[in-house]
Amino acid sequence: MTSLTAASAGRLRAARRPGAASSRPGFLWALPATVFFALFALVPLVLVAVLSFTEWNGLGDPVFVGMDNWSALLDDPVMLKSVWLSLLLTALGVAFQTPFSILLGVWAAGKQRNRAVLSAIYFIPLLLSATAISVLWRSLLDPNFGVPAEAEWLFGDGNLFGSQSGALAVLVFVGVWQFTPFHTLIYQGAARAIPQVLYQAAEIDGAGRVRRFLHITLPQLRNAIVTSVILMVVGGLTTFDIVLILTQGGPGTDTTITAYYMYDKAFKGFQFGAASAVSLVLVVTATLISLLVVRLSGYDRMRGSTEGL
Amino acid sequence: MRGRPNLLAGFGSLVWLAIVGLPLYVMLAASLQSRTDYASGGPLSIPDRLTPQNYLDMFSGGFGRYFLNTAIVTVAVVAIVLLVVPPLAYAIVRSRGRATTAVFRIFLLGLAVPAQAVIVPMFYVISEVGLYDDLIGVILPTAAFSLPVCTLVLTGVMREIHGELYEAMAIDGASAGRMFFRLVLPLSKGGLSTITVFSALQAWNGFLFPLVLTQSAESKLITLGLYDFRTQHGVNVPGLLAAVVLSMLPILIVYLFARRALIQGLMGVGGK
Repeated sequence: MTSLTAASAGRLRAARRPGAASSRPGFLWALPATVFFALFALVPLVLVAVLSFTEWNGLGDPVFVGMDNWSALLDDPVMLKSVWLSLLLTALGVAFQTPFSILLGVWAAGKQRNRAVLSAIYFIPLLLSATAISVLWRSLLDPNFGVPAEAEWLFGDGNLFGSQSGALAVLVFVGVWQFTPFHTLIYQGAARAIPQVLYQAAEIDGAGRVRRFLHITLPQLRNAIVTSVILMVVGGLTTFDIVLILTQGGPGTDTTITAYYMYDKAFKGFQFGAASAVSLVLVVTATLISLLVVRLSGYDRMRGSTEGL
Repeated sequence: MRGRPNLLAGFGSLVWLAIVGLPLYVMLAASLQSRTDYASGGPLSIPDRLTPQNYLDMFSGGFGRYFLNTAIVTVAVVAIVLLVVPPLAYAIVRSRGRATTAVFRIFLLGLAVPAQAVIVPMFYVISEVGLYDDLIGVILPTAAFSLPVCTLVLTGVMREIHGELYEAMAIDGASAGRMFFRLVLPLSKGGLSTITVFSALQAWNGFLFPLVLTQSAESKLITLGLYDFRTQHGVNVPGLLAAVVLSMLPILIVYLFARRALIQGLMGVGGK
């Protein structure tokens, strides 16, 4: 015991001797990434705030207009509707993706060979771009050339994109198709980390499969659920590609979520100042959620998982 | 350990297989049919005549160029990420300075700044510096927006390196640079492949930056080619689906040969 302490004290002294300071990297190592990130993410972030007080049509120079964009935004019924729609789509996404991905993840965590093969197929959507996925589903669900034209018993008149509920259903469904594999992956990893001892003990106690799932698996997946849900919320609020390609925010403005509204204002309406104000609403929402991520997950406490073991 | 087979789970997994597999099958089958055959047979029929014509049309329609552009952007983005993220993660894990802690917090906040939120000022900045419609103008923001996740993943991996290993090297008088190249990089191989996979996928599949920051056919990326094709020839479903297949082909080929590495990589992103 004494010799151990002496040895570690010796090592501490060794680390503190002159010159040892250079054995730790200085701020210089962090500089390139920081400057790069500041230029292309933080500067635009500040600029978006500045631009939200200007009027700019994409050509020439922005003109300062004070609070005009903001007061217009407050009176804009589409803006309010877009926030509501973003929240609705996000909530629906979480509600549908979570149960599917938990069940699939726990299932895929099993060691059987057929599960590995099936998982290989399940994960394919994970690799595809939102663009490819949206174009694929837009073609498959096309009212004239797609599946709805063949299965009228299921789809009615076949024009899913013609009503708000239809268009929302398509967006939620495509979101589930696109993102469930990713969340399945999170749950698969977490389910594999559950100690087998817990299941063995439960089996001795005569607990059935459902009870084992409810009383061991689900509680053990708590952290994974938190991570996954937060990622779904952030991803859901910023959904853009699939709306642009699948519904163009329509019918009317019935699927115009905030991110799409911003794009529409800027690059279709050329009201870059007003669009910046919309962006800022997005940034603030996303930042608040990000703070929540940091808090809940403990990322900011900088701990390795082997510490304390 | 588990006794009788779980029939319900087996059934559920087959249902999910249909949900994922059927659209992929329809896509592949339709892309190999002529427009008239597809229109008369419908999406769910089993095709009896296959033709590669749609794919050939894509390449004569300029898709080769889009491929090349996308490959350039992907390689450049991965190179930037691999160049700046490892030193940053190393500094975050090992430095005792307050500045690096602050930097880490900034990157954590950056995690949730969506690209959509800064696209207007990005358009302004990129136009001002004369990089509009230039591949470099797509590469730089794409790389910047891959940094937070990559930093998070790599710091997670580097934190698992035991302190004793550093101390042993410190006793030998190793500098911070020597430790980085001799100790940290070799022990972070898994993390490095994760961030390579992640940033490459981000770049290959990226849509918003190319959509807003490029215009001409010369600087068009594959996702944008797909989008334009849909806008212009939306009724040519087999052609459109051939384009979709082409856009995902390189990733699927990598997936076929390096599935484990790819999935492990993405799992690293989700799990950390």
